[in-house]
Amino acid sequence: MFAYLVRRLLYALPILIGVNLITFALFFVVNTPDDMARLQLGVKRVTPEAIAEWKAARGYDQPLFFNPEARGLGTVTQTIFFSKSVRLFVGDFGRAEDGRDITREMLNRMGPSLAIALPTFVLGLLVTVSLALMLAFFRATALDLWGVVLCVAMMSVSGLFYIIGGQYLFAKVFRLVPISGYGVGLDAWRFLVLPVLIGVVAGIGASTRWYRTIFLEEVGKDYVRTARAKGLSETWVFFRHVLKNALIPILTGVVVVIPSLFMGSLLTESFFGIPGLGSYTIDAIQAQDFAVVRAMVFVGSVLYILGLILTDISYTLVDPRIRFA
Amino acid sequence: MNGVQIVFLWSDALIWLLLAAGLGLVLLVRRSPPLRAAWGKVAASRSGMGAATVLLAFVLVGWLDSLHYRPALPAAEGAEIRYAIEVRSLLDALADPLRSRTEKTYSAPLATHAYVKESTEHPGGGVTRAFPPLLHGGAHLAGAYDKHADDVAWRVAVGVLAAVLLWLPIAVWVAARQGGWGKVWRGETATAWHAVLLTLGAILLVLGPVFSLAGGYHVFGTDKVGQDVLYQVLKSVRTALIIGLVTTLVMLPLAVLLGIVAGYFRGWADDLIQYVYTVLNSIPSVLLIAAAVLMLQVLIDGHPEWFATAAERADLRLLALCFILGMTSWTGLCRLLRGETLKLRELEYIQAAQAFGVGSGRIISRHILPNVMHIVIIALVMDFSSLVLAEAVLSYVGIGVDPSMISFGTMINNARMELGREPVVWWSLAAAFAAMFILVLAANLFADAVRDAFDPRTA
Repeated sequence: MFAYLVRRLLYALPILIGVNLITFALFFVVNTPDDMARLQLGVKRVTPEAIAEWKAARGYDQPLFFNPEARGLGTVTQTIFFSKSVRLFVGDFGRAEDGRDITREMLNRMGPSLAIALPTFVLGLLVTVSLALMLAFFRATALDLWGVVLCVAMMSVSGLFYIIGGQYLFAKVFRLVPISGYGVGLDAWRFLVLPVLIGVVAGIGASTRWYRTIFLEEVGKDYVRTARAKGLSETWVFFRHVLKNALIPILTGVVVVIPSLFMGSLLTESFFGIPGLGSYTIDAIQAQDFAVVRAMVFVGSVLYILGLILTDISYTLVDPRIRFA
Repeated sequence: MNGVQIVFLWSDALIWLLLAAGLGLVLLVRRSPPLRAAWGKVAASRSGMGAATVLLAFVLVGWLDSLHYRPALPAAEGAEIRYAIEVRSLLDALADPLRSRTEKTYSAPLATHAYVKESTEHPGGGVTRAFPPLLHGGAHLAGAYDKHADDVAWRVAVGVLAAVLLWLPIAVWVAARQGGWGKVWRGETATAWHAVLLTLGAILLVLGPVFSLAGGYHVFGTDKVGQDVLYQVLKSVRTALIIGLVTTLVMLPLAVLLGIVAGYFRGWADDLIQYVYTVLNSIPSVLLIAAAVLMLQVLIDGHPEWFATAAERADLRLLALCFILGMTSWTGLCRLLRGETLKLRELEYIQAAQAFGVGSGRIISRHILPNVMHIVIIALVMDFSSLVLAEAVLSYVGIGVDPSMISFGTMINNARMELGREPVVWWSLAAAFAAMFILVLAANLFADAVRDAFDPRTA
C-alpha cells in the first residue's frame, strides 16, 4: 500500500511539471512582461521608465530561463522561470497586485469556500442519489418518464438563472435570508443557507439522470435476475442488492471532486459575496492579476491530481479484485 | 443606398464550412445502410424531430445573421464610394426597425411610456415629473393611448392568422406527400412528421404575434441604453451557435486523431498522448480558459492594426474563444476513443486485416474509424448544449466574447444588477434565459434521440 502510494505520488510529479510549463508558456512566452505592463498601466501612463519600474516591482525584469550576468547557480535561479514557476512547488506564490501574500490569502479564504462547497456536495449527493433511486425503482412508469423529462428541463437551465432567480426570490421578495455577505463563526449560517440550497437544486437535473442510468444498468445484470429467481421480493432485491452495488460506481465517481471542493464555486461565491477562493479567482481574473491566476491554476491542478489518486485508492478499497499493483 | 460591400468575416467562412460538412455528412449517410438505419431511428423519434425543428429555426436565424455587408455611405456625385465602418448582416436588414428604433433607456415589454419618470421643463416655467411617451413604442397610436389594449389584441390576432395561413400549406403539402392526413396525424409515417408539424405550428404561433407586435412596440422591452431586447435575443443566437459548433470543429480532429493513434499504436505514443491529456485535464478548465483569454486580450490590445473594423476584432476574439474552448475540451472524447480503439484492435477482423498486410493508415481509416463514429456523433451533440451554457458563464466572469458582441452571456452580464433595482427590470434577463433555455433544451432532447439511436447498448 505504502509503495503504491509513493509511486502514485511520483507519477503526479511529471504532470505538475507539465502544468507548470503550460502556464509559464501562456503567461510569459506568448506575451512578454512588457505587454503585461502596458495592459496593467493603461495607455496614458506607458513610458519606458514606468514599464521598467512595474517589471522591477514584480520581479519580471529578469531573463526568462538563463541569466548570463549572474554567477554559479544564480544563472538559473535569478530568472523568471525559477522565481515564478519553480517556487510554486514549495507553496511560495508571491504577492498579488495589492501587495498581499497570495499563500496566506488562500489559506484564509479556504474556510468560507469549504463552508459552502462541503454542505452543497454532501446534501447534493444525498438528494440526487435518493431521487435517482426513486426513478429507478419506479422505472418505466409515468413517474419515471416525467421525472426524466423534468431532469432534462432542469439541466437545460443556465446555472446563472438558478443563482439570480433564487437570490431574487428568497432574499429580495420573501426576505428570508440576507442577499449577500458573510459572517464570522456560527453566525455565518444565515448567509450559507441560500447558496447551498441553490447549489443543490442546480445540480439535481444532470446528476439524477446520470445516477438513474447507473441504477438501471445494475438492475439489468444477471445476479439481479438470479436474486429474483430465488423468489426475493422486488423491493428486497432493489434495496439490498442493486443499491449496494450501484453505489460503488457512484461513490468512486465523485471522489475525484472532493479535493477540488477547496477551490470553491466561482459563480456562487461572487454572487453572494462570500470571501472564498472562488470569488478570489473571479476578482483576480477581472482585475487581470496574473500572479493570482497562475497560483490558482497550480493549486487547482494539485487538488485535481490528488482527486485522481484518491479515486484509485477508493477503487481498491471497495473492489477487492483490484490490487495495489 | 447605392451599393454594398460584401464582408466575409472569418466566422462566416467557418459557418459555410460547417454547412458544407453537414451536406457531406448527409451524402455519406445516404450511401451507408447502417448509418441510414441509425438516422432513421432519430427521424422516427417524436421528441428528437420536434427538437430538430426548433434547432433548425435557430440555425436559420444564425445563418441570416452570418451574411455580412458594409452599406455604402451617401457620397457626393462622382466622389469615390466609401463604406460604413459598421458591419451589418442580412438579419439586421430584415429586422432594421428593431435595430434602429432605440429609446432613451428602460421601457417595459409592449409599453407606450418610459419606465422611469423624467422631469420636463415647461416653457411657461414650472417642472413636472411624469413618464414620457416612448419615441417608437406605440408611436403609431399618435397619442390615443386608450386604444393601446385594442391595438395589441388586433396585432396578436393578425399574427395568429398569419401563422395559421403559413402553417396550413406546409401541413397540406406534407400530408399529400406522406399519404394523407390520418396517417400523418396518427404518427404512422416513418419520419415523425406529426411532431415536426406540431412544433412548427407552435413556433409560428409564437413568432407570428411577436413579429406582428414588433412592428409597433418593443415586444420584450428595451434595455438600459434603450436597445430593443428582441433584437438582442436574435443577435445572440449566432454567437451561441458559433460557440457550440465551431468549437467542435476545433476539438474533433485532435480528439479523433490522438485518441485512435493512442489506442491503436500503444507504446510510447499512447504514453505521450495520455500524458498530454492528463496535464490539460488537471488544470481547472475555467482557469485555463481564463489564463488563455487574458493572454489573448494582451495580444489583441497590443496589435490594433490587425483589425479593420470593431466587428472583425470581436469576430476574431470569438473564434479565439472557440479555439481555446476546443483545446480544453477535446480530452474527454479522446479518452473515450482511446478506450474503444484498444478494444477494437484486438478483434478478429482487425487481426485478419493485419495478417493480410493492410497498412496501419488504411486499417484506421477503413476499419476503426467507422466503428467509433457513433461515439464521436454522440459526444458532438452532447457537447453542444454544455458549450452554449458555458458561454454565458464565461461572459459573466469576463473571459467570454468581446463585450461589444451581443450574446446571451453579455446580455445577462449587462442585466445582472437589474433585479436589484427598484422598480425591478426583469425583461432583459427573462428574455435571455428563456431563449437560452429553449435552445439548450432542444439540443438536449435532440442529443438524447441521437444517443438512443446510435448507442449499441440501448439498441
